[in-house]
Amino acid sequence: MKEFLAFVRKEFNHIFRDRRTMLIVLILPVVQMILFGYAVRTEIEHARVDIVGDMSDPEVRRIVGRMDSNRYLDVQEVLPSTGFISSRFRRNESDVAVCFERDFGTRLRKTGTGHVKVVGDGSDPNSAQMVVNYVMGVLRSEQTEISAELSGSESSVAFTPSVQLMYNPAMKSAYNFVPGVMGLIMMIICSMMTSVSIVREKETGTMELLLASPVKPLWILVSKVLPYLLVSTVNFITILLLSRYMMGVPLRGSLLLLSVVAVLFVFTSLSLGLLISVVASTQKTALLLSGMGLMMPTVLLSGIIFPCENMPAALQWLSHLIPAKWFIIMVKKIMIQGAGFPYIIKEFCILAGMTVFLMTVGVRKFRIRL
Amino acid sequence: MENVIEIHGLTKRFGSFTAVDHISFSVRKGEIFGFLGANGAGKTTAMRILCGLSVPTSGGGTVAGYDIVREPEKIKRHIGYMSQKFSLYSDLKVWENIRLFGGIYGLSDREIADKTSEILSSLGMADVRDSFVASLPLGWKQKLAFSIALIHEPDIVFLDEPTGGVDPETRRRFWELIYDAASRGVTVFVTTHYMDEAEYCDRVSVMVDGRIGALDSPAGLKRTYGAEDMDGVFRILAGRALRKE
Amino acid sequence: MNAIEIHDICKSYGRVRALSGVSLEVKEGEIFGLIGPDGAGKTTLFRILTTLLLADSGSASVAGLDVVKDYAGIRRIIGYMPGRFSLYQDLSVKENLEFFATVFGTTVEENYDVIRDIYSQIEPFRDRRAGALSGGMKQKLALCCALVHKPSVLFLDEPTTGVDAVSRRDFWNMLARIKASGVTVFVSTPYMDEASLCDRVALIMRGGIIDSGTPSKIESEYPYALYAVKGTPMYPLLKYLRTADGVLSCFSFGSVHHLAVDPSAAGVGEARQKILSDIVSAGFRDCDVQEIRPGIEDCFMYLAGRSRQN
Repeated sequence: MKEFLAFVRKEFNHIFRDRRTMLIVLILPVVQMILFGYAVRTEIEHARVDIVGDMSDPEVRRIVGRMDSNRYLDVQEVLPSTGFISSRFRRNESDVAVCFERDFGTRLRKTGTGHVKVVGDGSDPNSAQMVVNYVMGVLRSEQTEISAELSGSESSVAFTPSVQLMYNPAMKSAYNFVPGVMGLIMMIICSMMTSVSIVREKETGTMELLLASPVKPLWILVSKVLPYLLVSTVNFITILLLSRYMMGVPLRGSLLLLSVVAVLFVFTSLSLGLLISVVASTQKTALLLSGMGLMMPTVLLSGIIFPCENMPAALQWLSHLIPAKWFIIMVKKIMIQGAGFPYIIKEFCILAGMTVFLMTVGVRKFRIRL
Repeated sequence: MENVIEIHGLTKRFGSFTAVDHISFSVRKGEIFGFLGANGAGKTTAMRILCGLSVPTSGGGTVAGYDIVREPEKIKRHIGYMSQKFSLYSDLKVWENIRLFGGIYGLSDREIADKTSEILSSLGMADVRDSFVASLPLGWKQKLAFSIALIHEPDIVFLDEPTGGVDPETRRRFWELIYDAASRGVTVFVTTHYMDEAEYCDRVSVMVDGRIGALDSPAGLKRTYGAEDMDGVFRILAGRALRKE
Repeated sequence: MNAIEIHDICKSYGRVRALSGVSLEVKEGEIFGLIGPDGAGKTTLFRILTTLLLADSGSASVAGLDVVKDYAGIRRIIGYMPGRFSLYQDLSVKENLEFFATVFGTTVEENYDVIRDIYSQIEPFRDRRAGALSGGMKQKLALCCALVHKPSVLFLDEPTTGVDAVSRRDFWNMLARIKASGVTVFVSTPYMDEASLCDRVALIMRGGIIDSGTPSKIESEYPYALYAVKGTPMYPLLKYLRTADGVLSCFSFGSVHHLAVDPSAAGVGEARQKILSDIVSAGFRDCDVQEIRPGIEDCFMYLAGRSRQN
């Protein structure tokens, strides 16, 4: 036990004395959150709006006029039917379509409800979501005014807007990126840092000394892993706080469940790092392997940026092999949908299975000799 | 006789630490100049300045007729350099290394072709022309590296511990290459940890605490310090060092 | 019992043969030197003995423990200092030492007497990071870390490579004191002149042992008569001697050339006179010829040449 503590203390010394590592470990989550949170959410001006509906209806005309005067929205064309929307999207002639039901104004006045459908171009879910939000904003303010005019009291009139993102029926939310960033950062910290720190010992020759000593190789591994486990806990908390108070992403589900899932994913990443350290003999190789071999597929295939649902079948199949994908799905369900454990059992089991497999291979492969 | 290196009051400070402290000396053309000193005496720093890789804090001088402060780039074109640590690309073939360094020093294709056959035949390495440098024995690598350091016919060649770890015979064969080069008029500036090799030099300087502790022919040094061999001279001089590396 | 026994060890890396049939015995309590140039296979042999590598064939034991079966036992009782400086550069002197003490299940205090001699020299810098130490001090720290658990066999792989002549001598003085405390020292070096500081040596070249024994035994088996020849100018003299009749080999050794001739060809006094008159009449100045006893380096060159021919 004393040996083990000495190892852990040594690892912490390595981390705390290396300013660059510290910087990566502590600043990275914040930078990533800000990057994904704001940089990806670029301002959109002059989004092109198509209308489907009866322009002779005064209520429709009124709303369309309001939209056109909004600085973010430009009304383009009035389409005869919803069937034209997809071809307009495909030719990139329009970003969003607003469809009013037949006799929208009449029904609104009579029954107090009117159906509006907002169709966004989901091939770019982030901007589509933003455009849809602008449209919805206009609809809401119109709704307030119209109902005030009609009955003098608010909320007696309601539009019932339904939103549809074409090509992206899963409906990516604007804070889609929070679970993604969480997965990405855990991945970086755990797999990259552990593999680099193990390989560094190989490179400097200290691994040679450790292997020639009576210390059990498993302890070397556990002591490498433990500090990063703690570091990723700090990161996890940071991300949660940032997403709650900076991004306004709620945590609807149980914090405990989320933490359990996060710990599981940390172990997955640690075992991946362990595997890399078995293969790589220089820090550079370890960095390249974890960067190109882990980060790129994670970013591209886990659904952080590109929704898996839109991928070709082969890539979708491949994406099942990315551990981060399952983690991100679980986090989304817990944080945003507020799902409990029964709803994530499948993903949890898949990820746990992957972890056990990777961990076993990694520990088996870690050699007791050079 | 013409001096190819002339150094006056050369000083290099790193913060409060004076690595090289007012050294002055000159090296004659065609001379084999041994540059000795204990680890940390300032040898490497001084050598880097002479090769145009580092700028002195004060003092100056010329190497191959160029000013070490103002014309380091010209110096680099007129000197050869070889060290134990870096000499050749082990993942390139023998002829590719020769072509590469020939190209670096601006030789024409024709000159490179001539030099390649000249080097390979003089080293007896024509058979390994297409071998990767990694597969050669260390001794061969060192000899090849030396010949490549001379590919652009420099006035001076700097050798930084060229024979470290080489077997005794190859080490001596290497020195025979040095003699040959010197007899063709190339000045050789060499550092070594083998004290018998110090005897092979025309003159030897021993750096102690950043200064030149002694500079003379090996015979002269042995006489001055009443030592039997250069090892004895070195121990007396290095023993005077106050600075602990 | 021998501290180290090596029987017919072979090891290849792919197509490169690193060791071919190495057999050696190291007695308890001696300083045994493995002497040979870079690439001779020294480090490979060290790694096999320290249980870090598996040999392709052959067997070896350290302190009676088999390097394959009892690797865990060996790791407990050996001290190992690899060729490169292999300590944690970002940990302080004290932290490094304490860490390695703990790794071996002991404490610095417990074995302080083992390392006192060496550690006292670096103790003033105990809070300095190992990376900021000078070369000589790093070496002392590495030695302390290898000794802190009171090993019975100490493996030192090229501890003096790249170290200046004065520091090398210091280091060998330390080894003599370590030996005096009863530790067997197995040390490798490319410097032939360090052979005289070992009790016994093995000369290694291209993966094979070309000779082993006490330095004086190896020197006494040198088969030729050897002369130290001097004359001005030296380099032409070397070339001249190589072409002379009856010369078996001629190499520079510091300020003289060592000239080997067949001892049966002529009487000793005659041969000396003949060489001297030869070089004087060839026009060399300040000539001198002395018969000398061969050193390890002469022997190494002779043996290496012979093994190359076989």
